[in-house]
Amino acid sequence: MTKKTLVVIGNGMVGHKFLEQMIAKKAIDDWHLVTFCEEPRVAYDRVNLSGFFSGKTAADLTLVEPGLYQDHNIQIYVGDKAIRIDRDHKTVTSANGITIGYDNVVIATGSYPFVPPIPGKDTQGTFVYRTIDDLEAMAAHAKSAKVGVVIGGGLLGLECANALKHMGLETHVVEFAPRLMPVQVDDAGGTVLKNKIEALGVAVHASKSTTAIVSENGRVTKMQFADGDELQTDMIVFSAGIRPRDEIARDCGLAVGDRGGIVINDHCQTSDPDIYAIGECALYDNRIYGLVAPGYTMATVVADNLCDRGSNAFTGADMSTKLKLLGVDVASFGDAFSKTSGAKEFAIIDSIQGIYKKIVVDESGDRLLGGILVGDASAYGNLLQLMQNQIVLPPHPEDLLLPPREGQSSFAMGVESLPDTAQICSCNNVTKGQICSAIQEQGLTDIASVKKCTQAGTGCGGCVPLVTDLLKDQLKKAGVEVKNHLCEHFAYSRQELYHLIRTQKIETFDQLLAGHGQGKGCEICKPAVGSILASAWNDYVLNPPHVGLQDTNDAFLANIQKDGTYSVIPRIPGGEITPDRLIVLGEVAKEFGLYTKITGGQRIDLLGARVDQLPLIWKRLIDAGFESGHAYGKALRTVKSCVGSTWCRFGVQDSTSLAIEVELRYRGLRAPHKLKSAVSGCTRECAEAQSKDFGIIATENGWNLYVCGNGGIRPQHAQLIAEDIDKETLIKYIDRFLMFYIRTANRLERTATWLNKLEGGIDYLKQVVIHDSLGICDELEAEMAHQVETYACEWKTTIDDPTKLMRFRHFVNVDQPDPSLVHVEERGQKRPAFDDEKELVITGERS
Amino acid sequence: MIQALPTQSLINQWVTICPIEQILPNTGVCALVEGQQVAVFRVGDGTEIYALSNYDPFSKAFVLSRGIIGDRNGIPKVASPIYKQNFNLQTGQCLDDETVRIPTFAVRVIEMQVQVSV
Repeated sequence: MTKKTLVVIGNGMVGHKFLEQMIAKKAIDDWHLVTFCEEPRVAYDRVNLSGFFSGKTAADLTLVEPGLYQDHNIQIYVGDKAIRIDRDHKTVTSANGITIGYDNVVIATGSYPFVPPIPGKDTQGTFVYRTIDDLEAMAAHAKSAKVGVVIGGGLLGLECANALKHMGLETHVVEFAPRLMPVQVDDAGGTVLKNKIEALGVAVHASKSTTAIVSENGRVTKMQFADGDELQTDMIVFSAGIRPRDEIARDCGLAVGDRGGIVINDHCQTSDPDIYAIGECALYDNRIYGLVAPGYTMATVVADNLCDRGSNAFTGADMSTKLKLLGVDVASFGDAFSKTSGAKEFAIIDSIQGIYKKIVVDESGDRLLGGILVGDASAYGNLLQLMQNQIVLPPHPEDLLLPPREGQSSFAMGVESLPDTAQICSCNNVTKGQICSAIQEQGLTDIASVKKCTQAGTGCGGCVPLVTDLLKDQLKKAGVEVKNHLCEHFAYSRQELYHLIRTQKIETFDQLLAGHGQGKGCEICKPAVGSILASAWNDYVLNPPHVGLQDTNDAFLANIQKDGTYSVIPRIPGGEITPDRLIVLGEVAKEFGLYTKITGGQRIDLLGARVDQLPLIWKRLIDAGFESGHAYGKALRTVKSCVGSTWCRFGVQDSTSLAIEVELRYRGLRAPHKLKSAVSGCTRECAEAQSKDFGIIATENGWNLYVCGNGGIRPQHAQLIAEDIDKETLIKYIDRFLMFYIRTANRLERTATWLNKLEGGIDYLKQVVIHDSLGICDELEAEMAHQVETYACEWKTTIDDPTKLMRFRHFVNVDQPDPSLVHVEERGQKRPAFDDEKELVITGERS
Repeated sequence: MIQALPTQSLINQWVTICPIEQILPNTGVCALVEGQQVAVFRVGDGTEIYALSNYDPFSKAFVLSRGIIGDRNGIPKVASPIYKQNFNLQTGQCLDDETVRIPTFAVRVIEMQVQVSV
């Protein structure tokens, strides 16, 4: 069978999407695909164009995987514009004179920026914002500019303002309408948005009609407005709307709209059934869709129809949008302006935080019709689903805008209540049904493969939480239990094992395995159970029944490094240390040749200790009054502090003393993961307590307690759980909080992640820890008291027991250190040699 | 009865490394045998003993004797303490990367003394 030829005119986001769809539908067996790309580069992400000014390169923005077109025999002419369609001879001709005979054509020429007919609009220093070439021209000009103005305060205009800001210009936005984003937000939302954007240093001039652009020596210098005002500027960018690029269609006699746009039907066919038009050049039902999502839908419709996949139809698109403009969330969906008769509105304005939320409901208040969110669009996904699926609203629809009422969880509909037709990913138009069948048919079990197979969540990413819930729900239904089993040896979660160990007073791993597990255990369950046993009974971790459970850090009471040496971190409570002790650390480091570094937790790290040196080092440290810092354990690490009211002229409480007291209270406490803490002596928060698992900040009246903060891979601020409390109450709450976490968290789950998964969140935690809603606080406090009473420095116990020291040797049969260790010197200290340095050291070419 | 062990001809010399009680149940030690670092593991509290190279090819450090031992689907294994790859204690095969296998050594317990041959 001879292949038919399809010519795609335009390789923008939508043109590329169409080709991707053809590849996905295996159409390349039947079709010879040819595409013309006017720009000098293949399709790139125009939506995130301003990223170009925050460090992204043209290569980062590209949408076409290298080799994709070649691998699928798609002929692409880059930098060559299609200029003519000859419908009689069925050919397309390009500017470079290439002529291709076609069976079908898809026009995806997109749009061009509209430049209002203002005198001086073509002066040097005026730009449009559409292509990477435009950006490069702007960037070149901006080098000699201080002030930049965007004409147009719509969605694209604000994106563009972001770009100017990134280029370091004093940025202004001039909007003809009385508010920003007039199409998406109402007056109240516009005011909040304006304040928010002005707070970011972008000046907003609304209700301004530009009458002239004035130049000097051929360069822009200022603009004049109808009201007589003027604005000095060095460059101007027009972002006053788009116009469809329909000239190639006009020239060959296809029907176009009165105000432009290639007329299409439900199948995206133009007035010539062999020619399709998709994206911003197309006019459907007298409307141009200036967003990428409807363009993608059209691309899919055409690909489906060309591949005989039934009669998929384009029936208009939802213009719901959620964006982050200049870092400000803006979302608008459905009937945002209450045009439906009888529609009612609920709105809240928080002028302090710059948040505006409005929902529009039907006359009866049962169904959501639309809404506007400015400043915080986190509810967007949820609200959109409520609207699209016509889900009956709670009795007080305003609850959708407010934090949950006391004792109730927020009104969120579970994914299981959505119909299969519910669109989950609006960027790629993926429905719940499609995601579910992909999960079932292809046996997907993780979010990465769901994204890969369905494309859901690969656009703006806003639907990923929903997709994740959907995956979990599907797996649960399929009986592919969302396993919280610890590993193949225990069919229990960590929380269940903790409960078993506590209630049955199980004291060793072997007892637990015999009673409740199978096999021999592994590197997952052994350390987890070792940790639970330590949290419950606080037995010395190197006792024979426990030693084999410990990860190598715990097994040698030090942190293993990449070359197999260890680091030593003695406890320095609160970060307070005497000069004499500092000298001891220096002497020990010098004597044993250790690399020294200050840690993030106000301690001192001594690195490069061989396993056989550890007891000798610790003997010295313990004699000088140090004790284990538990840097090797999933345990309390450090309680960082500032100097507080003792020294600081701003301090209101003695943060150092409290930090020392807290650190000594919880030292050695083993937990599902490491625990960090800090105490700040005033609200300036120099100790960074809000980034800790539990953080304490002094107030005039006492202490504020924050919990579940995290630095690391996903930074998260700690949340306030109690205010202005005295020290006894503070310690009581921390006791309860820590023990509740130890009881219920998963293995290796930090407090921040634990809280995120805790149903009811911080409010629930408050109920448990402060109001004792579970009636367990006495138990939790007693458990902590046992931990505090039974604390012993593990290194002291080890040093005092010769049989334990036997293990601290590299070779069991020879008194000799590991001969493979090689160090080199850098900045006056040693470090492990890289592979290529090792040989040089051994052959004496480097010391 | 004489058992023909195919590897026996290759075993030239047994080296005693330590009494078995020096290897705590379910832990490992490292021995230096004719210049080679050998990791010796004791599974359970009896005389089930395995010997592998102590060299972890992933971290390029001599550390395997300090790994946690256990089993995967009944196969006895050790997990490297550095990046946690698992190795079959019987064969040296890496269970997480089929292209990697580390040397194993003959090992036995005679009169409660652990002996290795390389």
